[in-house]
Amino acid sequence: MFAAHAQLRPSYDVVIIGAGGHGLASAYYLARDHGIRNIAVLDKGYLGGGNTGRNTTIIRSNYLTAEGVKFYDESVRLWKDLAQDFDLNLFYSTRGHFTLAHTDAAMRTMRWRAEVNKHFGVQSEAIDAQAVADALPMMDLSCGGRAPVLGALYHAPGAIARHDAVAWGYGRGADRRGVEIHQQTAVRSIELEDRGSGPSVVGVVTDRGRISTRKVLCAVAGATPQLLAMVGLKSPIYVHPLQAMVSEPLKPWLDPIIVSGSLHVYVSQTARGELVMGASLDPYELHSTRSTFDFAESLSMHMLEMFPFLSDVKIVRQWAGLADMTPDFAPIMGTTPVRGFYLDSGWGTWGFKATPVCGKTMSYTVASDANHPLIEGFGLDRFRRYALTGEKGAAAVGH
Amino acid sequence: MKLMTCPVNGPRLISEFVYAGELRPAPDPATSDDDTWADYVFNRSGVAGIKHEWWCHSPSGVWFIAERDTATDVIMRTFLYRAPGAAE
Ligand SMILES: Cc1cc2nc3c(=O)[nH]c(=O)nc-3n(C[C@H](O)[C@H](O)[C@H](O)COP(=O)(O)OP(=O)(O)OC[C@H]3O[C@@H](n4cnc5c(N)ncnc54)[C@H](O)[C@@H]3O)c2cc1C
Repeated sequence: MFAAHAQLRPSYDVVIIGAGGHGLASAYYLARDHGIRNIAVLDKGYLGGGNTGRNTTIIRSNYLTAEGVKFYDESVRLWKDLAQDFDLNLFYSTRGHFTLAHTDAAMRTMRWRAEVNKHFGVQSEAIDAQAVADALPMMDLSCGGRAPVLGALYHAPGAIARHDAVAWGYGRGADRRGVEIHQQTAVRSIELEDRGSGPSVVGVVTDRGRISTRKVLCAVAGATPQLLAMVGLKSPIYVHPLQAMVSEPLKPWLDPIIVSGSLHVYVSQTARGELVMGASLDPYELHSTRSTFDFAESLSMHMLEMFPFLSDVKIVRQWAGLADMTPDFAPIMGTTPVRGFYLDSGWGTWGFKATPVCGKTMSYTVASDANHPLIEGFGLDRFRRYALTGEKGAAAVGH
Repeated sequence: MKLMTCPVNGPRLISEFVYAGELRPAPDPATSDDDTWADYVFNRSGVAGIKHEWWCHSPSGVWFIAERDTATDVIMRTFLYRAPGAAE
């Protein structure tokens, strides 16, 4: 599906670090929309082997801030004709998305989100317990008597897609336009020069040799702090694992995507019939993709509170990815104080849905050396200015 | 389940503990400029390594320091905090 290149060229116009969805989408749009094709995409592992291939693929735009809603809504729009663009089935499936509220405080947040969403033309509504019961007859609305459902935020455009196909589609599209994808190529350091006007990028050192370049796009998710250390930048990013698991395949019974913040559960059923399930972040810093039994145990317990009839269904796989978290649950994107070093990071537990719009906005930002208007609320300097983009109410459990 | 040793209560399940971030010296808010303060409030050393961290054993409310490798999750030791310069 991709050309293999025996050697790195001595120089490229742009070097993209990370062949996940974000890096590949950026390469694709740089080549397709900006005419920049002398690009290398480097990955220390294999294409799509990072969080792109580990995520639970929820796509939605029912966020809380104006910046977030506009950004994710543009992404949902881009998703719709992507399969056509790629000539590849992405199994993009619009299911509808319910975020359950079990407390008055949660209900208030749902109403708030619904109003912000509607203001920007995004379909969202706060619904009451009866409407939830009508839509989700398979669920125990009392949740085992422990956390009765009071209502929900319903978001009709909520969708899932096949994550691997997204990486392959962008990768193949970039590859066909002349972009070189180098897997098994780890970036060891980044060379800077300073001629008095501040540092700028001049090269990248990899375990397969050195490359000259003036532009580097860093899209490495959980490895972002290591890459930032190479160029001497500080950031608020902290890394915790995020785990997920799937059940054996079942006959289709669950069409929508269901999220419960109070029970720390979200679930959807894939086209293959597996239930894909996840919870919130692991509770402390760790740079290891190990799995824990505690996770599977507590997630199963909460699943059974909602769906007691699943008690003899088996879990068949469990895994983890490394989430690059930010204090305000919004990403960190755009130009940086190092000239020619562009950042696409802070994607934590919520960046899969943003893959197309990140590619669009980061390719623009790299090509024109200026932030795309849609990412202005996401700059690294917002912390120094205490101007946070508070997205926690819409991103802490539902990814 | 993974165990952690509380300096007061001994080995307990890791689920009994709450992680509260890396131990970091605070700049003096009266004299530090805005950039220094923002750096302290927001920026973190996100790179994996051996770190000193605040933890709390929540059933007993004991706060203490753990020395832990954030690449492997190996806990080297745990001990009660003593402020720099405090008497023995
Ligand atoms: C369990 C889980 C569930 C999730 N669920 C959702 C969800 O439902 N919806 C949603 O929108 N988001 C979700 N996310 C978040 C989403 O997966 C990520 O935000 C997104 O996939 C990030 O894509 P990326 O291309 O930036 O990073 P990645 O796909 O992680 O790619 C980064 C690449 O960089 C490479 N790399 C790292 N260091 C180096 C180096 N030094 N040199 C060369 N290459 C390097 C890595 O090998 C990796 O392939 C979830 C994440 C996890 C872990």
